[in-house]
Amino acid sequence: MTNEERVAIEAFAREIRIHTIRAIGTLGVGHIGGAMSIVEVLAVLYSKHLRHDPKNPAWRERDRLVLSKGHAGPALYSALALRGFFPLDWLLTLNQGGTRLPSHCDRTKTPGIDMTTGSLGQGLSAACGIAYGNRLDGLESYTYAIIGDGESDEGQNWEAAMFASHKKLDHLIAFTDYNKMQIDGYTQDILDLGDIEGKWWGFGWRVLRLDGHNVEALDSAISLAKTTRGQPVMIIMDTIKGKGCSFAEGNLGNHNMNVTKEQMEAALAALAGEGREGK
Amino acid sequence: METREMRTVFINTLIEAGKKDDRIVLIDADLGKAGATASFAQTFPERHINVGVAEANMIGVSAGLASVGKIPVAQTFGCFASRRVFDQFFISVAYAHLPVKLVGTDPGISAAFNGGTHMPFEDLGTMRLIPDLTIVEPSDPVSLAGLLPEVLAQQKPAYIRLYRKPLPVLYSEGEPFQIGKCKVLRQGGPNSVLLIALGGIMVQEALEAAKILEAQGISVTIIDVLTLKPIDAEGLLSAMKNARAVISCENHQIHGALGSAVAELMAEYRIYKPFGRIGIRDEFGQVGTEQWLKEHFKLDSRSIVEAATGLLQK
Repeated sequence: MTNEERVAIEAFAREIRIHTIRAIGTLGVGHIGGAMSIVEVLAVLYSKHLRHDPKNPAWRERDRLVLSKGHAGPALYSALALRGFFPLDWLLTLNQGGTRLPSHCDRTKTPGIDMTTGSLGQGLSAACGIAYGNRLDGLESYTYAIIGDGESDEGQNWEAAMFASHKKLDHLIAFTDYNKMQIDGYTQDILDLGDIEGKWWGFGWRVLRLDGHNVEALDSAISLAKTTRGQPVMIIMDTIKGKGCSFAEGNLGNHNMNVTKEQMEAALAALAGEGREGK
Repeated sequence: METREMRTVFINTLIEAGKKDDRIVLIDADLGKAGATASFAQTFPERHINVGVAEANMIGVSAGLASVGKIPVAQTFGCFASRRVFDQFFISVAYAHLPVKLVGTDPGISAAFNGGTHMPFEDLGTMRLIPDLTIVEPSDPVSLAGLLPEVLAQQKPAYIRLYRKPLPVLYSEGEPFQIGKCKVLRQGGPNSVLLIALGGIMVQEALEAAKILEAQGISVTIIDVLTLKPIDAEGLLSAMKNARAVISCENHQIHGALGSAVAELMAEYRIYKPFGRIGIRDEFGQVGTEQWLKEHFKLDSRSIVEAATGLLQK
């Protein structure tokens, strides 16, 4: 990745953060923590890897993304709006009656959303079906899925894990947003994921692990994943829940939290400052 | 009377549909032997998926397939198709508006020796609560072969309640069937007792009861419901108008499915007539032969006759 490219993707990530914080902050409440932790992977996917056409969201040969942790929808909505799937001002309608941007991803409402999610644990199975269906049609399209670490408690993920490796779904590339927190506390305390790499490896997946906020590492891992043949790939992203959002980062209660106008302004000012410094 | 095995009719009809439409994919969850799906798998090896004993994943994989334009037909026992994966079917399929066709076999007492754990008396009730879902329960081989292509052609999800064993042929070949339309299987005279029956077992019992009642000089009309949702309000109301008494007959709890649907129609449309319900009365299933269970749970023709004569004496 060139330095220029890196700077551009980081700037895109910052824009996603800004729009997401503004959408949730304007509403006054939302799933800020888990939205912030997936910003970089969204930025890398929508900048470089995920084939999409904002003018034709139903393009048959597109790559698809299943955001299984559907509550992080607002981050994805920001990425989609910035890419031109719909006007940026839609973002401020988040969760208002009649909106096309509901709290959890809904394929019937939002252009660019490939699968309805929100009841945790179901997205990876759908991603398996998409990957299988695309292979039946002889398409080279990739299917991406993002699951949460807390969500990994759901047993259906492990049914899907067995299925994907058994069917050798090598065009399925999944990410675990390993931010180490879930609603009731640290994942380690609520239901320890233990050797998470070993678990996916044991289920027959190729496993990669990286800093989920490092866009270069993400880019390399996704490139490597795309060349993998004969098995699906799980990219475990070490992330920080609430990353880049001053009032949420490190706050164990940031899964779904109230956001004051002052908090929002402070977070937006900090991000704008980062932008000016070219961080 | 000629009988045909329903699961064979189902799979043969699906194979014929699959030859015309390569979007059709069949998904099993390690019950392919029970469903006799091997012939489909042999005909279309790529379009048959066995997910193993993993019904939740079966529903999710089906949803994903549907989202890329396939017509997935997912099959398992009715108990698993409904209560085990209700949320997966509700969210990943119905709420997501994806045209997955879910087949629940071994309805109610037909689970027989598998007993209470496998005996769905509540699948139709739970499914009926899902908005805009199509629910059909064919009553004979011809209605199954007629309705299945209609269900496959709909761009929406459906629940097909499928009795697997042989059933007598009730309709002539080529009889047209339409989702949302019931059939008057037997037309009685004016002021007849109206039996509204759903599914092969209950339609057969209703036919038997009609013979007994007619011998006692009581005229009987039988409606074969076929589609539970959307219920054929027009067809049912028109039959109710000429009835002396109305009895719903289902191989299911009387709450939540056919008995409730008929009661709701009668109340809403002010059909003030003697009304009874044949079905399971707030009980769990248990083991036994189908015949024993039919008598035990009072789903048999004798119980229908008793209900009818009781209503007429009131």
